[in-house]
Amino acid sequence: MSVKIDNLQIYYTTLRGEVKAVDGVTFSIGDGEIMGLAGESGCGKSTLGNGLIYLEGRMRHAGGHVTLDGKELPIGDAKAMEQHRLRSVSIIPQYAMSALNPTRKIGRMTADLLKSRGVDYKSVLEEFRRRVALVGLPADVLERYPFELSGGMRQRATMVISTLLNPSLLIGDEVTSALDVSTQRAVGEMFMEFRDRGYVKSTIVITHDLSILAQIADTILIMYAGKLAEKADAQTIVNNPLHPYTQQLLASLPEVGLRYDEAPLVGIPGRPPSLLDPPKGCRFRDRCPVAFEQCTAEPPFVELHPGHQVACWKAIQDAQSFNEEPAAQGAGR
Amino acid sequence: MRRYFFKKIVTYIVTFFVATTIDWAIPHLMPGNPVEIYLGRFNISSNTQYLALQKTISEAFGVNVPLWRQYLDFWNGVLHWNFGVSFYATAPVTHVIAQAVPYTLALLIPAIVLSYVLGNRIGAMAARRKVLDNVVLPIGYLFQAAPFAWLALALSYFLAVRLRWFPPSLGSDPGIGVGWNWAFIWSAIRHWFLPFLSVFLVSFGGWAIGMRNLVIYELETDYARYLRSLGASQRLVRRYAYRNAVLPQLSGLALALGVVVGGNIVTEVVFQYPGLGHLIFLAISDEDFFLLQGIFLFIIIGVLVANFIIDIAYVLIDPRTRLSMTGATA
Repeated sequence: MSVKIDNLQIYYTTLRGEVKAVDGVTFSIGDGEIMGLAGESGCGKSTLGNGLIYLEGRMRHAGGHVTLDGKELPIGDAKAMEQHRLRSVSIIPQYAMSALNPTRKIGRMTADLLKSRGVDYKSVLEEFRRRVALVGLPADVLERYPFELSGGMRQRATMVISTLLNPSLLIGDEVTSALDVSTQRAVGEMFMEFRDRGYVKSTIVITHDLSILAQIADTILIMYAGKLAEKADAQTIVNNPLHPYTQQLLASLPEVGLRYDEAPLVGIPGRPPSLLDPPKGCRFRDRCPVAFEQCTAEPPFVELHPGHQVACWKAIQDAQSFNEEPAAQGAGR
Repeated sequence: MRRYFFKKIVTYIVTFFVATTIDWAIPHLMPGNPVEIYLGRFNISSNTQYLALQKTISEAFGVNVPLWRQYLDFWNGVLHWNFGVSFYATAPVTHVIAQAVPYTLALLIPAIVLSYVLGNRIGAMAARRKVLDNVVLPIGYLFQAAPFAWLALALSYFLAVRLRWFPPSLGSDPGIGVGWNWAFIWSAIRHWFLPFLSVFLVSFGGWAIGMRNLVIYELETDYARYLRSLGASQRLVRRYAYRNAVLPQLSGLALALGVVVGGNIVTEVVFQYPGLGHLIFLAISDEDFFLLQGIFLFIIIGVLVANFIIDIAYVLIDPRTRLSMTGATA
């Protein structure tokens, strides 16, 4: 397991108190695994992704550990973290299209960045050129300014720069969100290509778009209100989700060819709880159609089937009555 | 590229024509008559004598013909670099202006350039150091908001009248003739300092506050965040932010330098400093058409040339402007 995250907590400091955006999450990502991270807006997925590389002003590492390639990643220590950025952890940010300095040529900016990280630009230039060609950008892109490229081209340039030093962990934050469908597919395939070529070991693809994950992700992790809801391989999440939240999330996806009057789109009624003072017990309880008394206690994130972890009392109950014997609690550890 | 500059030059020529026409029209729209003000200087008791003199003077200054003739004469003069004779100084306008220009340039160019350089530096530093920010920002606002006249009077009162460190007015001691000798130069420097300081302080506040805000903005942009999350050094992020923040400041500098030729009226009036600003003041109070037109023409040319230079400089500094030359829209 190249990335292990153990009880990680990342809070936002606000005037009204601490917002527990990521509140004790534990999971791991294997070598060569592309893990999709999905959930509604405000569920903490972007905070988790960004927190693994750069804690901005108001973000605070409140507890837990991150282990990368067997070594602790000091995410709370900005100074110690600096040497890991780009080299072992890297990110393709949400704003990838505007991530490049508008007044510097792309090659020059990359050279400046690498130089400030103590890397000799000339030594990676050949590889840089190769990868620029790989993602389908013209060779002269290094000599161009960002505004001379289209949004999609800028995003691809950002992807190449972010992965140039072959990081062990790549975080793609809402990378496909602003793209049209065919470009989404191309970007998704780029993630797979980068993984297959060994440019990156593990990848986290953060999105609210489950359909793109179904195509490119090996596993999908669903978050809800700062906690983990469900994790399984992509096909299982799509075809056989156990958590009622995942089920409703999938049900709210539109289907091509279906008319609204035949099958009206269902959303999830209600809104996620405030993370300033999250409710006790299962956080999805108020919106859950199958909630019962036990849900006032916090459900454990357990492995009900091999590789399929869920945090839901109902799912645990169903599995127990199906198997006639209790599933090993906490086996997911 | 050629088309870009051709379009620019046409724009400049049209602007010059319109601005110069307005420059001619505005003094003529002023109520009153410069000839009468001119004759008021003399004690003329007889009415016939007055009318005869008025006729002669009007003819001498060329204001006895219809307005359209005067307008054509004016353009004719402009093309021959002849702006007529000043009523106030009874000397050719070009000559009067040439005497005032060195004072204005010596006063304003150092004040503007120095305040620009220091203001940008200190503003950029304030953008990232809280303590400095808490000092620079209020002082900057104070100076920037202070009216030129008030600040000039305050400086004049404390440093000249009270402490007697500097002379309170004029461009040099009246007893010393203008010339290249140490006595004059030293006297000129002492007279120069207070007007310089008041212009410097006001402009400094403006540059520093502008730069502080621009740098803060640049440090929050996406490219700065991206560089930080990839572990780029603070130095690199700041260098990029500074470089990009300085662009709008630069066009501000060009405009400030463009109007330099107009002098700084308030400061020059307060200190009785014999620059172009003071001259404008005198020309207006004497309704001196020709002098006013001449000085304004100077300002028009100055602003246009400064704008043209900055247009070219921007193309060299900010690659984004090059896009507009090829006709594309960003």
